[in-house]
Amino acid sequence: MSKLESINLSLTSSELEYIEKSLQRKANLVELTMIDAQWSEHCSYKSSKSLLKLLPTKGKRVLLGPGYEAGVLDVDNGQILTMHIESHNHPSAIDPYGGAATGVGGVLRDILSIGTRPLAILDSLRFGNLDSTNSKWLLRNVVRGIADYGNCVGIPTIGGELSFDSCFETNCLVDVVCIGVGKRKQLIYSEAKNVGDILILLGGRTGRDGIHGSSFASKDLEDEPEDRSAVQIPDPLMKKLIIEATLDALSTGYVSGLKDLGGGGLACCLSEVSDMGNTGVEVDLGKIHLRESNMEPYEILISESQERMLFVVNPNNSTEILKAFDKYNLPYSVIGKVTDSKNVVIKQNNKIIVDLPTSLIANAPLINWPKTKPDHLNNISHSKPELPSNIQETILKVLSSPNLANKSWIFSQYDHEVGTNTVIKPGESGASVMRISNEKFIAISVDGNPSHCYLDPYNGAAGVVAEAMRNVISVGAEPIAMLDHLQFGNPGNSDVFWTFNETINALSDFCYYIDLPCVGGKVSFYNEDAKTHEAIKPSPVISVAGLIKGSHNIRTRKISTSHPVIVLVGTTFDELGGSEYYSVMNNKNSGIVPKLNFELEKKAQKLVRDGIKVGLFGAVTDCSKGGLVHSLLQMCMSGDIGASVDLSKIPTNCKRWDDILFSESHSRFLVTIKEKNLVNLLNISRNHNIPVSIIGYVGGKDLELKNNDDVLFSSEITYISDSVYSSLSKLMDDAV
Amino acid sequence: MFVKFGVRNDLKVAIIQFPGTNCDIDTYRVFTNELVIDTSLIWHEKDVDLQEYDAVILPGGFSYGDHLRAGIIAAHSPIAKQLKKLSLRGKPIIGICNGFQILVELGLLPGALLRNSNLRFVCKWTVLKVENTNLFTNCFESNSLIRMPVAHNEGRYYVTDETLQDLERNKQIILRYVDSSGEVSINSNPNGSVSNIAAVSNTEGNVLGMMPHPERASENILSPYSTNDGLGIFRSMALSLEVMLQK
Repeated sequence: MSKLESINLSLTSSELEYIEKSLQRKANLVELTMIDAQWSEHCSYKSSKSLLKLLPTKGKRVLLGPGYEAGVLDVDNGQILTMHIESHNHPSAIDPYGGAATGVGGVLRDILSIGTRPLAILDSLRFGNLDSTNSKWLLRNVVRGIADYGNCVGIPTIGGELSFDSCFETNCLVDVVCIGVGKRKQLIYSEAKNVGDILILLGGRTGRDGIHGSSFASKDLEDEPEDRSAVQIPDPLMKKLIIEATLDALSTGYVSGLKDLGGGGLACCLSEVSDMGNTGVEVDLGKIHLRESNMEPYEILISESQERMLFVVNPNNSTEILKAFDKYNLPYSVIGKVTDSKNVVIKQNNKIIVDLPTSLIANAPLINWPKTKPDHLNNISHSKPELPSNIQETILKVLSSPNLANKSWIFSQYDHEVGTNTVIKPGESGASVMRISNEKFIAISVDGNPSHCYLDPYNGAAGVVAEAMRNVISVGAEPIAMLDHLQFGNPGNSDVFWTFNETINALSDFCYYIDLPCVGGKVSFYNEDAKTHEAIKPSPVISVAGLIKGSHNIRTRKISTSHPVIVLVGTTFDELGGSEYYSVMNNKNSGIVPKLNFELEKKAQKLVRDGIKVGLFGAVTDCSKGGLVHSLLQMCMSGDIGASVDLSKIPTNCKRWDDILFSESHSRFLVTIKEKNLVNLLNISRNHNIPVSIIGYVGGKDLELKNNDDVLFSSEITYISDSVYSSLSKLMDDAV
Repeated sequence: MFVKFGVRNDLKVAIIQFPGTNCDIDTYRVFTNELVIDTSLIWHEKDVDLQEYDAVILPGGFSYGDHLRAGIIAAHSPIAKQLKKLSLRGKPIIGICNGFQILVELGLLPGALLRNSNLRFVCKWTVLKVENTNLFTNCFESNSLIRMPVAHNEGRYYVTDETLQDLERNKQIILRYVDSSGEVSINSNPNGSVSNIAAVSNTEGNVLGMMPHPERASENILSPYSTNDGLGIFRSMALSLEVMLQK
């Protein structure tokens, strides 16, 4: 039996029938392997495509939306912002270092493929609880993988977020966002549209790593050691050189199409460029520079070896382009040409071994899975934890949760300064800010909330978008677009698919309402526990980009006595389901998840944006995970100064102090203002028809929480930052 | 705060680029935008005579991917050999981060740069004390405290006790990591460097190696403290060159 016959294809019997009917013949095994790679869930979106159409994708700044290598936004003066999100969950679960590093490599290539220079990276990470050594091992090596790759390539990793939940114990989530900037006129498509153009494969040699990577990402994770060959090998130095060589080559103006080789390798790349260009391609496998000599044709075609780009070039102009590659001593080979056959033809030793219509490979038949509402959503208890007797102790206990802790153990391993454009750095606010010109800045956030989404998929998902928006608004930006990364279990499980559908409905409803276009995203199914096969909690991760004009509009959460009055925008409701407080108090999976009132959210966002525009606010932050008390403390720690807050001044329907402090209600911000501007604030509040309340003052060394004159809590800020919020560093430093 | 202009306009500065260098453009931008000095980016294979330049900068990054050992492959490149001659002629050379590692590998500076003591990459803003003023620091008062970020994996400066005494005696220790009150302490040392050393010069004082990144601390908007102390390093060098060239 040859190696090819022994490989497992994921194609179903109905898919095989469909292929045979379309071709009017049986496909050979090499052809089937190519189709298998392209029709994997990872590359084809066959389970999600029809639902994803519900998302709004148009907007005044949107030049390209989903379906391209990256979303492209017009940020004025001929400048464009590109953004994309990718995950590398299954590879990272098996080889956290290599999996995370190549995850970064992949998303950098997407930004490069569209003709822009990567500007910054953010990551969103999910692991099991840190009491497990496996989770610590995963976290340590995922962070090292991201750091070693991003640092070496010289693209700053400027932010992100992290949380822990036992559902991610064996299936961690590693999501990477990349943004890029470039000139509108240098935008390039991943298409082979001119017959006669040549195909040049630039970069790393093709080897046996990453074989079946995309199919591997499209099935359940089983504990099979041979899956290690599905993980690719990172080479950040090569990537750095490829970025420079590609941008040099693009500046010649002679490149007519460009695409990176990612999931599904050459097989997917060739079918996608020819499908988009409405042409065919012919490739000679003997021309491809290989790492190993005796590779089978199917291995060459679906290898996901890293650091490779495909250039489509007019043969008369190739000299200039090859000169750019030679400067960096990069390997390349001319592997074939664009034809008018509308077929992908692969030759080896002058024999045709693959001859398939591009439209067949590029368009997998879609699947519509059955949907049922999961049982646990019909039986949510509304029990509350007993009112804690020791307030001080309880607050400190919640704040020491690794989910809320200071994440400097992670971001100090990332070079977040390289490129000299990072204005708001990781840990300084809910979003980071990059300079793209003297007067223009991009704010970028990435957020998720599996606990909310598990108990209420609709409000959970819409709430994540709202939080990501509030984070960019808090640094002074106008939100301009978002990316969604939807991570779920097996779509064949009707509970999972119902939840997926509900999530899309929420994103669609809220984004249409608030006028936020979705310019790209990713779907990752088959995320489940390797042993129990239980699906992960629904994990939509949302990244929002915002535009800031003028550095004077940039804000952080750093409070100071220059703006001493602390003001809460919005109302705090008795909705603690899925909160960090309930998780710490062992009251998980109980209670009402914060509802996103679209109208209230829009008003609160508008008020804060207007207030920043007229220069009313000093510090700004939103209230979300960990509730009001967590936001207050973050403000104090950033400013290295205390504050005194009177809980009786907070508009709320809560009856208990713990509910007020830890409620994660949406549509709330904390801002600081000058005493003399209180009148202006009240006017703004009246105009926007949303409550603003003066709840306290900046000053001293302690955070003091009072109910009228009763002091409920008082603790020194330096004690909290050194001893309470350092829990993550302590857990990781102590770990072997 | 440092002003932008005020140096003569015929200075020529070279910034060397190796495969994997990634702070070249950042440094170039500071020299051209903030100091308005004629600056050239020079790819390591380019056939140039470095002696034509008044000063050379080896910027940070990961030359040759830090393969074998940080800085060692670049130190064996043909262009690096020219640096020895340049140094003998007394021209200023600054190695920043990976550039410092290259200068150490070249033998132009004493000591070695080892893996950080916590075995992790470290990127953070540090407080530095100007221990000695020389041609790279004469814009500062001696003992003044300045802020710059570090970002490295191998930044633990090591010398023997004997060499350390030589460095002290010859006033070759230029910057030390300190806490915000100016004290040399364990907590303020980001990488475990001997005696908290952040920057050293050669005995002649014309070659400087530093782990902190001055180019990342040259614009107020990039500093969490609204400072531009990094510019003081480059400006000191430019003003010193002005004096040297007048002689």
